[in-house]
Amino acid sequence: MALNSSVPNQPAASRSSFRNWIMQPRIAGTLIVAYIALTVLVLIILDRRTVLFPLWSTFAFPPFILSPFVILASPLSNRAKAILIGLMVLVVMPIIGIYDGAYLELSIQIAIFAGLALGLNIVVGFAGLLDLGYIAFFAVGAYTWAMVSSTNTATVFVVAGLIAPAWAFYLFIFVGIAFAALVGVLLGLPVLRLRGDYLAIVTLGFGEMIRVLARNLDKPANFTNGAQGLSGVLRPPLPGFWVGFTDSIAKSLNIPVANVEPVAQQLLFYFIAIVLLGIIVVVARRLDDSPIGRAWTAIREDEVAAIAMGVPLVRMKLLAFASGAAFAGAIGVLYAAKQTFVSPESFSLIQSISILAMVIVGGLGGIRGVILGAMIVTLLNLQILKNVSLQINALRNIDYVVPLINFHIRDWPSQLEPAKYERLVFGALLVLMMIFRPEGLLPEPRRLMELRAHAEPEELARLDEPVIAAEIDPEHRNEG
Amino acid sequence: MLLEVKNLSKSFGGIKAVRDVSIGIDEGSISAIIGPNGAGKTTFFNLLTGIYKPDTGEINFGGRSLIGLRPDQVNAAGVTRTFQSIRLFSNMTVLENVMVGMHSRLDVSVWKTLLRPPGFRRQEEHVREKARELLQFAGLAGKGDEVSRNLPYGDQRRVEIARALASDPKLILLDEPTAGMNPNESADAMTLFRRVRDDLGITVVLIEHDMRVVMGISEHISVLDYGEKLAEGTPEAIRNNTRVVEAYLGRRALADTALDEEETAS
Repeated sequence: MALNSSVPNQPAASRSSFRNWIMQPRIAGTLIVAYIALTVLVLIILDRRTVLFPLWSTFAFPPFILSPFVILASPLSNRAKAILIGLMVLVVMPIIGIYDGAYLELSIQIAIFAGLALGLNIVVGFAGLLDLGYIAFFAVGAYTWAMVSSTNTATVFVVAGLIAPAWAFYLFIFVGIAFAALVGVLLGLPVLRLRGDYLAIVTLGFGEMIRVLARNLDKPANFTNGAQGLSGVLRPPLPGFWVGFTDSIAKSLNIPVANVEPVAQQLLFYFIAIVLLGIIVVVARRLDDSPIGRAWTAIREDEVAAIAMGVPLVRMKLLAFASGAAFAGAIGVLYAAKQTFVSPESFSLIQSISILAMVIVGGLGGIRGVILGAMIVTLLNLQILKNVSLQINALRNIDYVVPLINFHIRDWPSQLEPAKYERLVFGALLVLMMIFRPEGLLPEPRRLMELRAHAEPEELARLDEPVIAAEIDPEHRNEG
Repeated sequence: MLLEVKNLSKSFGGIKAVRDVSIGIDEGSISAIIGPNGAGKTTFFNLLTGIYKPDTGEINFGGRSLIGLRPDQVNAAGVTRTFQSIRLFSNMTVLENVMVGMHSRLDVSVWKTLLRPPGFRRQEEHVREKARELLQFAGLAGKGDEVSRNLPYGDQRRVEIARALASDPKLILLDEPTAGMNPNESADAMTLFRRVRDDLGITVVLIEHDMRVVMGISEHISVLDYGEKLAEGTPEAIRNNTRVVEAYLGRRALADTALDEEETAS
């Protein structure tokens, strides 16, 4: 550095002084507030009636919903970060949601998938047990509530007159947790001896079993209504004050709302989802930062050493399966009530893979990373790709002609709509991600080291320490 | 007698790895198990710690049988070990490694983990404090926050010993604890083993190839060959036992009873 100062090095110097300037908490705070305000403004200004709305909203919404991560990356104090994120999640987002229900729906979906991804992260990220059938626990939670509250089908519960009242939804979140955790233990027991690839295959089979069970449990007694699924699942009761509250917010902000009840209903789901997600984050962090979390890491690193050091493998693995499953169970109950419809097709293998992709894209093992992964994958699946095809349709409807090449959007073959290529784009992104950033977007430090350790060729690593290489080998000779 | 092994046998397929071995270990002693490569020494440790199930035989430890216990239960009963090839949790910090070693002595309740009553925090502080003390004891003061895979080889061996001591054992089994060390490091390691016994009162059993270590530290030696116990006794008796010298030191300079550096690990 001292040498450099004599050499004219203007760009580097000004860059670093710019960084110093922007890293001042006051400046950074102002910039972040300005950033959020700008994204909010863009979302509000956008007019649904314009032709290019899908395109613009694709650009406008992700920067807005990702702002909590911008806040987290900023140099603000922890307290300031917490306040800003709290405002963002509890005030700004709901207002945007009242303004446009599609954004509210998206945020609920993101919260649901973030909760699921955090649950899977306990099993895969913390304890290192690859589970390809995780969606099964989500299904257990969803069916738990759907079976006792679906009113439109002649299930055994309806026939017996055992329909739960709507308020029991809150109670059933706990029942869903208990059932899913129980199923998690039942799955865990037979597969405890398996590791890696074998475990993955068995859990994959288990996930399919639960789905097939849901599809066929309409005979001899109708529990699940088979492939038709259960419809008319009850929602939690909508309190009058909540509707009034939503209405008064809409009125005071001058947001025109045609029918306030569905908006209030969605807003209620949003807050339930946020509370559940908040609890899940706290539970995951506390489990990680405890003797249990250390035992899980130890098992992931070296099972034999872990058990020889007194870590009960069976108990700890079952605990990982059960707690991951419990998260999915709670989220499943919420999902059933929100969709008011549950069918086996919502719980296919591709959903398990999707959630695993969220965990890996975000960064295995880290809580922030996994939430970011859930956000990005959900946005991609439910917003970005869908909007591109909406946009093409909108342009087709007005017979837009691309200038210069004189191409009629009308002639765009319907086979080439992006929505039909969702999985292809999704898969391609995963491939690129694994090549260029295998540790995920926000990697957990320990995971990063593990990856680097594996990337380092064994032979090269040994060349550094010839003594060890010569002396460690006797184990194999000795064991014979 | 702290540990009493009677007629222990274990076969893998047709190979009898351990055959009818009986060994007694006195409380507060430092003993060695020696033998050529493939003699069944590590298998013997794996049988003691529950990693393998013996075919026949008895293992009595402090008046209770260890047969049928899982490795974690054996650890909780007071028998701990290190591994021949170091098996640290290599991406965890040194301190975390030792903290994991305390697992069997902790109250690991899910409810307490989630609700964090004062007792939970006290336990975590205690675990951290005790892990630091153990690192100090093992000569690793100030290295607690390093990632264990980044430590030099000799220090990794020390971490393994500190981790093994974390469960407050009565007996520690060290599997070739000085393998790969130079003479200076071996001498330091021997001092550490003695302090484990003298300062902590823990009985030590080690598998070792380095004769300077074996003869220098152990009060009692058992010799295994082809899975069988060939001889046992004081270092003096073993050194003068012709069967042992033939089997173990064999081809090498038979006449040289000084057992100097050339004759160490085979």
